[in-house]
Amino acid sequence: MKDKIVSLLKQYNNDRSRLLDILLDIQDEYHHIPQEAVKIIADQLNLSRVDVEQTITFYHFFSLDSVGKYAIYLNDSVVANMFGREEVAKAFEKELRIPFNTVTEDGLVGIWDTADIGMNDQEPAALINGEIFPNLNPAKVKTIVSGIKSGEEIKDLLPAEVGDNIQKEGPVLFSEYEVGAGLKKALALTPEQVVEEVKDSNVRGRGGAGFPAGMKWDFCRKSGGDEVYLVCNADEGEPGTFKERVILTKLPKLLFEGMAIAAYALNVKLGIIYLRYEYRYLESELGTALQEMRDLNLLGKAIGGKTGFDFDIRIQLGAGSYVCGEESGLIESMEGKRGEPRNRPPFPVEKGYLDKPTVVNNVETLCCVTKVMINGSDWFKSIGTKESAGTKLLSISGDCENPGVYEVEWGLSISEMLDMVGASSVQAVQGGGPSGTCIDPSQFNKKIAFEDLATGGSMIVIGNQRDLLRDFILPFTNFFIEESCGSCVPCRSLTIILRNKLVKILDGKGVKNDIDELYGWAAQGRTANRCGLGQTAANPIITSLQNFRPLYENLIRTNQEYISEFNMEDAVAESCEAVGRVPNIHSN
Amino acid sequence: MTKNGKIYFEIDGRPCYAEKGQSIIDAAKENGVYIPSLCHFEGVKPAGSCRLCNVKVNGRTMTACTTPVADDMVVENEIPELDELRKSIIEIMFVSGNHFCPSCEKSGNCELQAMAYRYQMMVTRYPYEFPVNNVDANPDHIFLDRNRCILCKLCIRMIQKDGKNVFAFNGRGDHLHVVMDEELASRMTEEEAQEAMDICPVGAILKKEQGYLVPIGERKFDKLPIGSDIENK
Repeated sequence: MKDKIVSLLKQYNNDRSRLLDILLDIQDEYHHIPQEAVKIIADQLNLSRVDVEQTITFYHFFSLDSVGKYAIYLNDSVVANMFGREEVAKAFEKELRIPFNTVTEDGLVGIWDTADIGMNDQEPAALINGEIFPNLNPAKVKTIVSGIKSGEEIKDLLPAEVGDNIQKEGPVLFSEYEVGAGLKKALALTPEQVVEEVKDSNVRGRGGAGFPAGMKWDFCRKSGGDEVYLVCNADEGEPGTFKERVILTKLPKLLFEGMAIAAYALNVKLGIIYLRYEYRYLESELGTALQEMRDLNLLGKAIGGKTGFDFDIRIQLGAGSYVCGEESGLIESMEGKRGEPRNRPPFPVEKGYLDKPTVVNNVETLCCVTKVMINGSDWFKSIGTKESAGTKLLSISGDCENPGVYEVEWGLSISEMLDMVGASSVQAVQGGGPSGTCIDPSQFNKKIAFEDLATGGSMIVIGNQRDLLRDFILPFTNFFIEESCGSCVPCRSLTIILRNKLVKILDGKGVKNDIDELYGWAAQGRTANRCGLGQTAANPIITSLQNFRPLYENLIRTNQEYISEFNMEDAVAESCEAVGRVPNIHSN
Repeated sequence: MTKNGKIYFEIDGRPCYAEKGQSIIDAAKENGVYIPSLCHFEGVKPAGSCRLCNVKVNGRTMTACTTPVADDMVVENEIPELDELRKSIIEIMFVSGNHFCPSCEKSGNCELQAMAYRYQMMVTRYPYEFPVNNVDANPDHIFLDRNRCILCKLCIRMIQKDGKNVFAFNGRGDHLHVVMDEELASRMTEEEAQEAMDICPVGAILKKEQGYLVPIGERKFDKLPIGSDIENK
């Protein structure tokens, strides 16, 4: 093993900032990161072992123990659970005769829970050694397991069938265009003019925060320096989004061209696409598309015949962490570290990747840039609303007839959206994913726009028949507890306190005071935490309390001020089991 | 406005002067204003993790350890809203660990305990979680009691042996904990163990085979609250 790992490290020039890639290769090879490998990496990179392990243990898809030669990660998103995830999970357990989150005795197969893998439009779905298996049911599980047992290749287990589900093509992203036309127009301008055009178009960040892309570019230019990086954030981890999966599948060249335009404007030599681990099945096709771009001289040296304009793109794979979608967490991760968001200032545009000025833009944002260059900023501004120019790609899932991707003009109302997707008897819409807002029908006139209901694109439709608090608000809160990097005290610990309080209410042990406390406590995280995750971790609880308070009130005991009773048998069960005694409880 | 090359700013209406680029927390200290923190050590790269030093900067909540002062900056520090937030954070730290002050060797010298006194925490509003944590007592001179750890990251940032980090985070979210590199820690000298213990603001890192050396009445925070050394300068 030693020679293998030493030569692997050499491939990456013993560069500590490439630790993520090194660990990914080892995890693929051994199905875990062996202790021996940890020691070799530590020695070669002059780190302590615990230093290497702190990166390993941060990421969901790295493991110090074997995850199985076939590692089956079954999506555990709320939408997967709406569409029969439990049945599928049971089928895996039955076929393999092991409980979830364990490995078969021979080390062949492991079954694991995993957070949203971006397949909400075709649930239940699983990730097996990097390949996606959507629309699962117990019969398919049987086929998969027997295929594995007879040693079939992953790709042959079931026919590949990830659907694109493009339900509506809008005027910006999906309109016809000629590859290279945007870059050609950009190269006819000076870099400053390109920045001005993007600024004038008012393209705002499509990842959710809505920061004007042109302004970000301008800040970066003002930071100066010869070494500038461009990062495309393809780590869409917000539960309920999958639109970038579709862009990366159908329109990769539109994205790469947008990156090349940005590179020209910002004097960037290297662009990096940070691709979430869950989408690694797209990696080889993206590689092919990149090569085609190089063949067209739209990437590489002297791009478009412009001497001195050299730019290329590499793909950086993530390893399973929601908080890495935050731009500074993403940069930490690209440097081979734990994806803990940085303190700001300095902002990435001043000091980002490898401490150099770095622009991080979302996939969809960069695609808009290409179209802005082709058709002009006035055209772009003529679409959408005054403050939200252009279109938005929505990922719509849940209780609707036609889940999938919809490119709509900003300004569409929620009720128009529900008509469009074929949804009736709707109890709630989770707009913008768990970190967004849980919207009740009285607000369905709200418009999808930065000035009204901002969203990164996740829209989960929740029907009347669903248990909103137990099956949505609670798992969303648990999601944030699991995905918190843990740095900030309120994010790491207060969210647990809130979850426990919520569980108390769900268990029928709450009184009115519990609801008031839950609301009062939850508000603190909004300003006290460092990054967007911590600031929004309580949003499922806060917004459901604001918009669905009667659901909470129905669960509490209204006639009591305190609940002082407790269950003696439950309380002593653990100690009785330990000492082998039968509880003898006296009651009056 | 500048004075002797220093820039002017205000904390709670009090005029202050500081070097440009200095963090608010260090600048405040030089001007005799205490901003509470459990994860800051002057000269060490700030972590901004305990969130106690949250202040209002021109109306926005920012951590004083990571934000540099700027010309004419208006900082709010001792205001009811922040006092309440800080008290809440201290309580969160108490319930999410197992802090039994009366039996702890660090009692009287512990910054978390002192902070709770300063903010007059009587009981916590939050239910205790009583988490199960492991103690690591393998090395000769040092041991790590995770029950008292507040994950301030000071040991991770400051304690090295042969140029390598002795301490590191492990896991994330609710599984986050501090680990000690066994090989490096086992080679730490008694002096290095003492140094590590002094860096830890609570009683999580302790030097072995000694305890309760300072009598009650002579401990760091027995007579004056934490921060008074800055305020009474």
